[in-house]
Amino acid sequence: MDFRLTDEQTMLAEAVGALLHDCCSGADLRRLLESGAARDAGRWAQIEAMGLPLMLAPEARGGSGLGMVEMALVAIACGHAALPEPLVEHAGIAVPALVAAGRDVPAGTVAVGHPVNPFVADADTAEALLLADGDAMHLVPRAAVTLVRQDSIDPFRRLFRVDWKPAPATRTGGAALWEAALERGALLAAAQLLGLAQRAVDISVAYTKERQQFGKPIGSFQAVKHHLASAQVKIEFARPVVLAAAALPASSLARARVSHAKLAAQAAADAASHAAVQVHGAMGYSWEVDVHFVLKRALALGQAWGTPGFHRARVAEHMLSAPLGPDRTFDAVPLQQEARSEAA
Amino acid sequence: MDIRYTPEEQAFRVEVRRWMAAHVPAQPLPDFDSTREGFEAHRQWERTLHAGGWGMVTWPVEYGGRGLDLIRWLIFEEEYYRAGAPGRVNQNGIFLLGPTLIEYGTPEQKARFLPAMAAGDHIWAQAWSEPGAGSDLAGVRSTAVRDGDDYVLSGHKIWSSRAVHADWAFGLFRAPGSERHKGLSLILFPLDAAGVTVRPIQRLDGKPVFAELFLDNVRVPVANRLGDEGQGWAVCMSTAGFERGLMLRSPARFQVAAAKLVDLYRARAGAADPALGAAVAQAWMDADAYALSIYATASRLMAGGTIGPETSTNKIFWSELDLDLHKTALALLGAEAELTAAAPDASADVGDWLDGYIFSLAGPIYAGANEIQRNIIAERMLGLPR
Ligand SMILES: Cc1cc2nc3c(=O)[nH]c(=O)nc-3n(C[C@H](O)[C@H](O)[C@H](O)COP(=O)(O)OP(=O)(O)OC[C@H]3O[C@@H](n4cnc5c(N)ncnc54)[C@H](O)[C@@H]3O)c2cc1C
Repeated sequence: MDFRLTDEQTMLAEAVGALLHDCCSGADLRRLLESGAARDAGRWAQIEAMGLPLMLAPEARGGSGLGMVEMALVAIACGHAALPEPLVEHAGIAVPALVAAGRDVPAGTVAVGHPVNPFVADADTAEALLLADGDAMHLVPRAAVTLVRQDSIDPFRRLFRVDWKPAPATRTGGAALWEAALERGALLAAAQLLGLAQRAVDISVAYTKERQQFGKPIGSFQAVKHHLASAQVKIEFARPVVLAAAALPASSLARARVSHAKLAAQAAADAASHAAVQVHGAMGYSWEVDVHFVLKRALALGQAWGTPGFHRARVAEHMLSAPLGPDRTFDAVPLQQEARSEAA
Repeated sequence: MDIRYTPEEQAFRVEVRRWMAAHVPAQPLPDFDSTREGFEAHRQWERTLHAGGWGMVTWPVEYGGRGLDLIRWLIFEEEYYRAGAPGRVNQNGIFLLGPTLIEYGTPEQKARFLPAMAAGDHIWAQAWSEPGAGSDLAGVRSTAVRDGDDYVLSGHKIWSSRAVHADWAFGLFRAPGSERHKGLSLILFPLDAAGVTVRPIQRLDGKPVFAELFLDNVRVPVANRLGDEGQGWAVCMSTAGFERGLMLRSPARFQVAAAKLVDLYRARAGAADPALGAAVAQAWMDADAYALSIYATASRLMAGGTIGPETSTNKIFWSELDLDLHKTALALLGAEAELTAAAPDASADVGDWLDGYIFSLAGPIYAGANEIQRNIIAERMLGLPR
């Protein structure tokens, strides 16, 4: 038992964090908005150069063969940067689904129309889409569908209703692929929410050290401190849940843990982004500071990949059906009853 | 990251489980605060644990421990709480003073105090707080005046848990004329020494769970000072770190309580407000999150890390979790929530939930009030200005 990141994992998280810090600042986001482009081509090229889109694909297929813990770390960094490009959905959800279905990963990104989400994100820039027809998963070229744009409050969320006709030739698999995609989608939404939450606190800490009222930085006032400290506590107790959910092999506990991760990270992102608005005062309510980018993404991801109600129900289902207790934290192989009966 | 238990760790769990199954008293012991009898019954349990080698599993073998790592300590605690073993009457000693002694004690002090503590011969109380110094602990006024090879202690300590029946206490005393964090020394003193008066204080339900201590020229040898003279603040902060950070509240306690809460929900769900299901699930998730976080900390400490701001985040999290958990239980019990265990119509565990709730109210106050912890997080973890 060693519940720590490995050095390689820490290095990956730092490298991706540093890359996004450099090329996805608030100023970069604003520039992208002004340009009207869907993506920042330079940034996407850097992301590709790091091999991130194929990080979960096996090495034999040109990928890096990494696992969900690494993917969660990347997603945390993407959340922290409020990254507009669809790295998480492509690399974390579409690619493993294609690999599992034995399909080639097309050049460019693949958007995911999971039945749990009413709209498909980033469909317009995708090469192809994974779409649901009942239980079946279809891989459909972008050119074969009609997209109807749905404006999101998050200016970087490109959502679409997709009109399409299923055909036998595009079928790639069945329900199992969708189920696995949901677990990854919810987990990676949780990871992004965690990154968003930390970003909200980070932006606020910087601001409240600078902003002066009553002749002092507002960060010296206890009410301001407590808003941010309370948000940080929520973050601290969502992070290990996200990482444990990423590390667990598939099981009833793993499903419950994914839902727990989503709920905890959403609560943290909610608390942190609201606290961020509050401690910025009117500034926090304006377009001028970056807080709203974080707030809006958190609002969107909080409902995507299963609403809080959906995930609470999954937790309740596990809680009411599985054996619980302190020896079950890591889904430990149940020990024989022998211990008790021998002693009796 | 490898979140599987090793075969050795699994074997260890079986070993603890077997021992607990054979030794945990079938009937719960009377509580250790209300009567001397209950206190002594718990001392006897400490002796049983010690005889089995389970008194303090992380201590070095030479002091009565097993020299186990923190993951095994967590496994031990999990099995301890699973088995419903009695509360640790000596927790102030074994979890708080013990690790401080191991870090700062002289070889003589370790030999003198640790084995007696592990064996249950010395049950310890903490004597930090004073009537004028609670959250602002550096404001303590009690003094230690050096007189040859002795210190002469004078002053008034308060809220000392279990001091009503305990044998020894440890606390901060200042050199006369010194101020704030300077001039403080951490001194250990027997509660039956001449000049010590112990006055029980009842908590809000009437149980004498703590006491105030009046110290009137109490003589103790200089050898009872832990750490250097005037360095008491640094030493005591290390104890506070253990207290909030790890040892005081191992996750198993909350995980067992959460599992019981789920049982209660199952048993009462019919009558319950459906919104309570969400509160039950939240309590279960929070207990689980706390466990994961402690495993992460333990893994880091085992790899040579030091304990940091998680002492404050943990303190807030477990105290609020405990409070919410018990509030939810009372809500599930409805009209029965107010019944004490002594009420004729109280079903088996009703009084325990109420008792747990009363205790959980104190969580956000003791071990450093949560407001103070939030200040610490904001200033030391987030770097906000004072
Ligand atoms: C059940 C229980 C057991 C205890 N056991 C022991 C024991 O064994 N040994 C021992 O020495 N002590 C013990 N204590 C005492 C405990 O450590 C103190 O109660 C605690 O440190 C708070 O001090 P206080 O009670 O004097 O409250 P105060 O310090 O007077 O605080 C009162 C309120 O004001 C708030 N406050 C104070 N200062 C600030 C600030 N700067 N910013 C924001 N808010 C502030 C506090 O958070 C609190 O809400 C125990 C207490 C309880 C309830």
